Amino acid sequence: MSDQAVSLSVPSGAAHADALGPSGPKPRHIFSRRNIFLYGTLIVAALYYLLPLYVMIVTSLKGMPEIRLGNIFSPPLEITFEPWVKAWSTACTGLNCDGLSRGFWNSVRITVPSVILSIAIASVNGYALANWRFKGADTFFIILIVGAFIPYQVMIYPIVIILREIGLYGSLSGLVIVHSIFGMPILTLLFRNYFTSMPEELFRAARVDGAGFWGIYLRIMLPMSLPIFVVAVILQVTGIWNDFLFGVVYTRPDTYPMTVQLNNIVNSVQGVKEYNVNMAATILTGLVPLVIYFISGRLFVRGIAAGAVKG
Amino acid sequence: MAEIANPSVSIQNLSLNYGAVSVLQTLNLDIAEGEFIVLLGPSGCGKSTLLNCIAGLLDISKGRIFIKGKNVTWEEPKDRGIGMVFQSYALYPQMTVEKNLSFGLRVAGLPKEEIAKRIARAAEILQIEPLLQRKPSALSGGQRQRVAIGRALVRDVDVFLFDEPLSNLDAKLRSELRVEIKLLHRRLENTMIYVTHDQIEAMTLADRIAVMKGGVIQQLDAPQTIYNRPVNRFVAGFLGSPAMNFIEGQLEAGDAGAFTADGVSIPLDRYEFDKDRGSAGKPCVFGIRPEHVAFGDAAKAMPFTAESAVEIVEPMGSDTLVWTKLGGRNFSFRVEAEKTLRTGDPIRIGFDPARASLFDTPSGNRL
Repeated sequence: MSDQAVSLSVPSGAAHADALGPSGPKPRHIFSRRNIFLYGTLIVAALYYLLPLYVMIVTSLKGMPEIRLGNIFSPPLEITFEPWVKAWSTACTGLNCDGLSRGFWNSVRITVPSVILSIAIASVNGYALANWRFKGADTFFIILIVGAFIPYQVMIYPIVIILREIGLYGSLSGLVIVHSIFGMPILTLLFRNYFTSMPEELFRAARVDGAGFWGIYLRIMLPMSLPIFVVAVILQVTGIWNDFLFGVVYTRPDTYPMTVQLNNIVNSVQGVKEYNVNMAATILTGLVPLVIYFISGRLFVRGIAAGAVKG
Repeated sequence: MAEIANPSVSIQNLSLNYGAVSVLQTLNLDIAEGEFIVLLGPSGCGKSTLLNCIAGLLDISKGRIFIKGKNVTWEEPKDRGIGMVFQSYALYPQMTVEKNLSFGLRVAGLPKEEIAKRIARAAEILQIEPLLQRKPSALSGGQRQRVAIGRALVRDVDVFLFDEPLSNLDAKLRSELRVEIKLLHRRLENTMIYVTHDQIEAMTLADRIAVMKGGVIQQLDAPQTIYNRPVNRFVAGFLGSPAMNFIEGQLEAGDAGAFTADGVSIPLDRYEFDKDRGSAGKPCVFGIRPEHVAFGDAAKAMPFTAESAVEIVEPMGSDTLVWTKLGGRNFSFRVEAEKTLRTGDPIRIGFDPARASLFDTPSGNRL
């Protein structure tokens, strides 16, 4: 191995060292021990995560007879999209037999308003906490943060009662309210830290220029906060889309979100286990967060870094 | 200091506390119409805090602030008739220069023609017309600070507040913009309050300097007076670079009195005492600036002369600073750059005690 490294690092005729000793850039060893460990680990880790995904895709494209052969790693002999169509439009979940399409639209109707509502409120919260040091701001902030550490299970039953009393139990708007409230602590923390990291003098300049609470928020702070908004959108979309607990507790069968429907398809105990349909349904459900990550990955990293610097 | 009849800015008994920490203590300051006041002091002396109080960006604990005879103690910053320039420029990064300048005017709901007129005037004064459509990120530091000044300019205010506006610039730009700010003041004739820790800026710009320490104004006077007759040892040591020489010793009785320390006796018959000189044997500090010390033949004509030897020579280009010993203390003086002195050379130095300062050791106050 070491022989190979030397021969690769110093190609014949291009030797950097002469009688005066080394000059120019230091030669890099492609097969150095460090590189082998580094890339070896990365490749193993990548395989570990990609293999299940590969199995899922491959299985979802096979027919049931082919699956029964048991070669889960082999590519499909005959590609069929039947399972995908079935998962989307005709698979039975409880009483309804219209597939995941119903759950998809329910999830959209839950996620979109929850994301908008929670981010709108949390960004104003964070802005007020960072820039307008009102009396009791610190106490308020501590209470909010403590809220982030209380286990959800503790609050499930009280919230059922509250929703029942205000007549929203089982409705989509009830679930939207629940999601908005539970997103508040972490989002407020995120926005507060981001706004705190902005130069204080900018805020002061805007005040001298005569802008008020909303003026500064809308015209100065908002246009500068795209990265942190992207982070918040990603956190909320994936969190709310993937939520199962609140979905199953606070909705009824015809308003179930996609995750609850997926569970009902995959865990149904009647009839034959249709692995291909299950795989297709799972991929369909996971597609939305996946797309969000691909679209905004770079902005996400930048925003996380920006929000995490000061706290 | 004579009373100012119609002060542009008047600060009366202003105090500011953060919990138990007192940042400003019963501070009084009257600033005349069109005056250029510099608040000078080391970090943490409360000068920027005072400026923020005047701007209305900090709530004060006690006292009153008047601007143009109107009590603005409880007014919002925008209603105080002030414009402010910040150290970090604080330009709105997502807006063009033009939008930056017009932001305050748009918030105030001024008609478009009026806004355009004011921007044109400010851009002309500051020579930033070619930059109007650029974003702040595409400007150099000097250009940014010009825009920041422009933002105060368009507001058409009575009082300009500058919070260390030149501290983020390099030395060359700093001196250029310093001259521009002086020209701007001459042209506009507004009241300007300028915070800095840079004594050169303070000396060159100010009509009057307020030297601050620990939330208290130590001395408020014209730059030359502060330089030549500092009221206490802190002011004497803070202004002047290279710093004033201090020799510790005591007063001696006699016809006119003298100052003695470690084998040196300096006659004080030419020194102008501020108050009564106190008793003999009083411990005090004698201070003389390096540029007031003569050397060689010129020293012979001085009321006080001494023999010494050169210890270190520091050439500074325009002149040379020479270190020696006097009264057991390091003692520096300035000579022309052409003089060639070497370590160990015997020299004769002398000075006129009339140009010196004498401070009481326990209190540090001028005698």
